[in-house]
Amino acid sequence: MSVLNVTVANVEQITDVVKRFTFVQENGEALPKFSGGSHVVVSMNINGRTHRNPYSLMSSPANTESYQIAVRRQDNSRGGSVFMHEQVKPGTKLTITYPVNLFAINRLGKKHILVAGGIGITPFMSQIADLNRLGADYELHYAYRSAEHAAFRQELEALCGDRVHFYVEDDGSRIDFGDLLSHQPLGTHAYVCGPEPMVKLMLLTAKHLGWPSNHVHSEQFSAPPIGDEFTVILTESEKEIVVPGDMSMLEAMEEAGVDAPFLCRGGACGRCELEVVETDGALLHHDHYLSDAEKTAGNKILPCVSRAKCTRLVVNL
Amino acid sequence: MNMAFKKETFRDDYTFTNSPEAIRRFPFPFDKDEYMYSVNIEQHTKGVPGSVFENVIDLDEHYVAECEDRRITLEQDPDRCIALPHMMDAQWDMLELGMESLAQDFPEHFQLTKDGDKWHWINKPLGIDHTFIFGDLSTLPMEPFEFIGRQLQGDWVVMDQRDDDLFADMGIVTSQADWSLAFDAGMSFKEWHGPVPQANEMGIFERALKYLLHLQYGSPVRRLNWTMTVNPRLDTSPENYPVWGPDNVSVTADNVADKVFLRVELQTLFRLPRSNAMAFGIRGYLISVRDIATYPRWAKRLHRVMTNLHPDLSEYKGLTNYRQLVIDWLAPMDDGADIGEGTHPE
Repeated sequence: MSVLNVTVANVEQITDVVKRFTFVQENGEALPKFSGGSHVVVSMNINGRTHRNPYSLMSSPANTESYQIAVRRQDNSRGGSVFMHEQVKPGTKLTITYPVNLFAINRLGKKHILVAGGIGITPFMSQIADLNRLGADYELHYAYRSAEHAAFRQELEALCGDRVHFYVEDDGSRIDFGDLLSHQPLGTHAYVCGPEPMVKLMLLTAKHLGWPSNHVHSEQFSAPPIGDEFTVILTESEKEIVVPGDMSMLEAMEEAGVDAPFLCRGGACGRCELEVVETDGALLHHDHYLSDAEKTAGNKILPCVSRAKCTRLVVNL
Repeated sequence: MNMAFKKETFRDDYTFTNSPEAIRRFPFPFDKDEYMYSVNIEQHTKGVPGSVFENVIDLDEHYVAECEDRRITLEQDPDRCIALPHMMDAQWDMLELGMESLAQDFPEHFQLTKDGDKWHWINKPLGIDHTFIFGDLSTLPMEPFEFIGRQLQGDWVVMDQRDDDLFADMGIVTSQADWSLAFDAGMSFKEWHGPVPQANEMGIFERALKYLLHLQYGSPVRRLNWTMTVNPRLDTSPENYPVWGPDNVSVTADNVADKVFLRVELQTLFRLPRSNAMAFGIRGYLISVRDIATYPRWAKRLHRVMTNLHPDLSEYKGLTNYRQLVIDWLAPMDDGADIGEGTHPE
């Protein structure tokens, strides 16, 4: 997989818990072009272990002299966001993947309804730059907790004009999905990125109102959860690898020198999917890629975020 | 590279020939004595110097003549170049891919200088010198995809990615092996591949599609495909079947070695950056059966592959009328010795 070596050019504190990072390429060249909605995977060396977290690109695709991402600090997690907040300063060198787009605008859409919750605003910021350039019809609906959490409000007003609508939870303002999704012209596409309950509510409402499923788009990256230790057995490479509770299966395999495929590392793309041969316990699926039927069938797993409650898990790799 | 571009034709009097160097670098596709489909995709990284894999987009002695043949076909049938309206970002992406790779890999023939969005493009073999504003349609003599497409060897289909599928929404196709862009335009990946025998049953397209949907910008891939054709004709399109179709029954034991050509496609796939579309390059290489036999190892290999070929594949590739003649012509050169695996000529 092609990677890019970048230097942190700037770090801005946007709210109490959100920082924005600006990356430039170490060799001084412009970064690769990308399309709105793309993300990169940032590699971090935390106490000798490599963490890789996906973050959406929020800067304009029109200017790739630098890339920008925003990171919300998650204290009860495995430490990637805390590392970004505490250790990453201007001048820090990082490795990122080439941009990948799992949340692209449908270019046949007659109108686009963008719905963001909290830090889920980031992929829309690069999408909006594309939509503005293409002269597309769109609305942005951005919900956040309180005035202190209003990250990027002024930038969005400047970017979107009267196309943006804000919803502040503490003021009792909520997005009414039933209302929003029942008055849209034929050919409209809707996109949502935010906390899981919000994403689920929008997807369910759209389904209930009879929206075609291919007109409703969502992006959610999961972080690998902490769990119990188990052993994964790789049939093809004939390896037995212990997966500690605070590591993902994918990370444990990489640590053991296995060249396992991956792309988003957030359970969204399916690239790392492995075939489960057998297990003496239960699979714990945390991804947004496999269908419910596939999760129940239990013969596939996404090792980037999913794990097992078992002593041994045999996979085909 | 010191390259002399040939003056030759791919229609009417068919003056096309391969030089000894072109024969030697021919992308011979058969590494085993039997052929069946596989997902034979590999990274499109810089290959062996001199080979067709050396550069991002290969350039050879047939460049000028192939561009001229494309010009003639487009003049007769402008619909061989199609770009649906939502593909404009992909058009500029393609122009960038073509100009940047040619200028970087063949600086003696192509030059690209950029001053912000102001680009200056020089194509010496075709005598083009044009300055334009990247992103501004009014500064090009035609739409960007057609502009660059007329300066590239091989066909290009550019697919829009949506609904977890790929749609053939743009293309310039003038040297196809009997398929039609006008017919396939707008089709999804599976619809487009519907007619291919055996492969659906093998689940090949499902796996290939999943792989392609994840293809990354900066990590292009390639594979080889092949068929055979009668006469060195580039435009073997369904639209012009009446022109070339009858040639299929013109092969005899006397002319088979010079009239039947192996047609190998170097297929490349590139993720495009601004549009998130997927460019599919189909670059054809032609070689007569007689020129293949320059190398005894290739003659033996082709004889065995033709003999063992599954009847469905023979039918699909349109070889049925003359396959036995090819086998018979090659048979005296095949002593049955084990030649091992690999596509190398010697």
